[in-house]
Amino acid sequence: MLTTVNRLGELERAIMDVLWETDTALTVREVSARLTERNLAHTTVMTVLDRLAKKGFARRQRDGRAWRYCPSATRETYVAELMLTALDQTGDRTAALTRFAQSVSGVEAEVLREALEVIEGDGGTDEGTG
Amino acid sequence: MKGLADAALLAVVAIGSVHGASALRQASWPRRSPAAAILLWQALGLAGGLAAVGALVGLGLPGGSAGVVRSLPHLVTALRAGPVFRPPDTFGVAGALPAILSALRLACLAAGLALFALLCWVLLAASVVAVQARRRQRALLSLLAHGDPKVPGALVVDYPTAAAYCLPGLRSTIVVSVGTLELLGRGELAAVLAHERAHLRERHDLVLLPFTALRRAFPRSATCEEADRAVALLVEMLADDHALRARPARELVSALVRFGTAGACATPAGALGAAHGAEGAVAARVARLLQPVRPLPAGAVAAICLAAALLVAAPVALLLV
Repeated sequence: MLTTVNRLGELERAIMDVLWETDTALTVREVSARLTERNLAHTTVMTVLDRLAKKGFARRQRDGRAWRYCPSATRETYVAELMLTALDQTGDRTAALTRFAQSVSGVEAEVLREALEVIEGDGGTDEGTG
Repeated sequence: MKGLADAALLAVVAIGSVHGASALRQASWPRRSPAAAILLWQALGLAGGLAAVGALVGLGLPGGSAGVVRSLPHLVTALRAGPVFRPPDTFGVAGALPAILSALRLACLAAGLALFALLCWVLLAASVVAVQARRRQRALLSLLAHGDPKVPGALVVDYPTAAAYCLPGLRSTIVVSVGTLELLGRGELAAVLAHERAHLRERHDLVLLPFTALRRAFPRSATCEEADRAVALLVEMLADDHALRARPARELVSALVRFGTAGACATPAGALGAAHGAEGAVAARVARLLQPVRPLPAGAVAAICLAAALLVAAPVALLLV
């Protein structure tokens, strides 16, 4: 069961990547053709696109007898939504997640920078900051 | 008169809880043993809530010899029979006094039941909001996040600003941004992961939930706001302590400092965070890591646990017995 769920998740992701990379709305056949994994059944791709549409990540529109799919929002929009919750500056936590540290400013930031200089002066961090 | 005496005692417990919260907030020992302090905060919250509801309901109930909870069925019977709250038919001073008393009683009873309903609703609503927010996060992460060998077991999101958080629940995850990977070294990242894993393992989100919910429900209450802020800081200190068992303090401190100050540079609105309350939280954690405090002796911790247990037992006993 778990592998099925993971498999569906992977497919959803691969298909969203295809939709994000293309400017126009795509039919199921066109999506299948653009996927790296080629031997997927037509119905499988259709099912996953349906799921994505139900979840609101993809929008579909009629084109003759076929449906055409496009992403509801850009990847950047979704990343921003994801991170906005995490970087929420208002201190108005939803208790949905706990973050490592809130950003600080002004005097507190100065105090912190001085503290960092002190530890680094102690022969501290020899590891790079990336 | 036992009903009134119980109500008075419950009122004392409720008011005492508020004073206790204020004392606990100003105390310096919580940073020595955050877990014991969190337990005491929880006991204060639970005792305060139970006592406030109990006192109001107790005042409203017809005087009996049983506790508030066991008197409630009597109230239903009494209401059916009629005479308890029905204003007397006679008018004049002699008749008005019982009528006013009845009205006051009814008001207390209604206020108590309303408070109880509000508290339950607030907790339920906060839980639902949290579950929905997490579900949305998971759905987005499954489409957007990827793994990275620098942070084994965590999900990475392509976002330039430093962000690291954990998503609690049955399928818990730690999420870090690419900005975090660029900002922190390997050791610092390991310290961040150890800190977040402690949050997940001990379900700190469940500790925070009621306090955050109360703060939302009573936005004007200074006590609720201070309690939420204090518990949030204690939970972070607790997670810091866990991280220290796996990584040296130096890594955790430099991760905290880089993290806190990087965000401030990236978002000019950083001042808003300070204005809204968590001011000094990161500095307090750093200070505690730089100058380690001795944990409270076992005896003191045991006394705190006992106090917490008694604090909750008092209103429960008054309500039941």
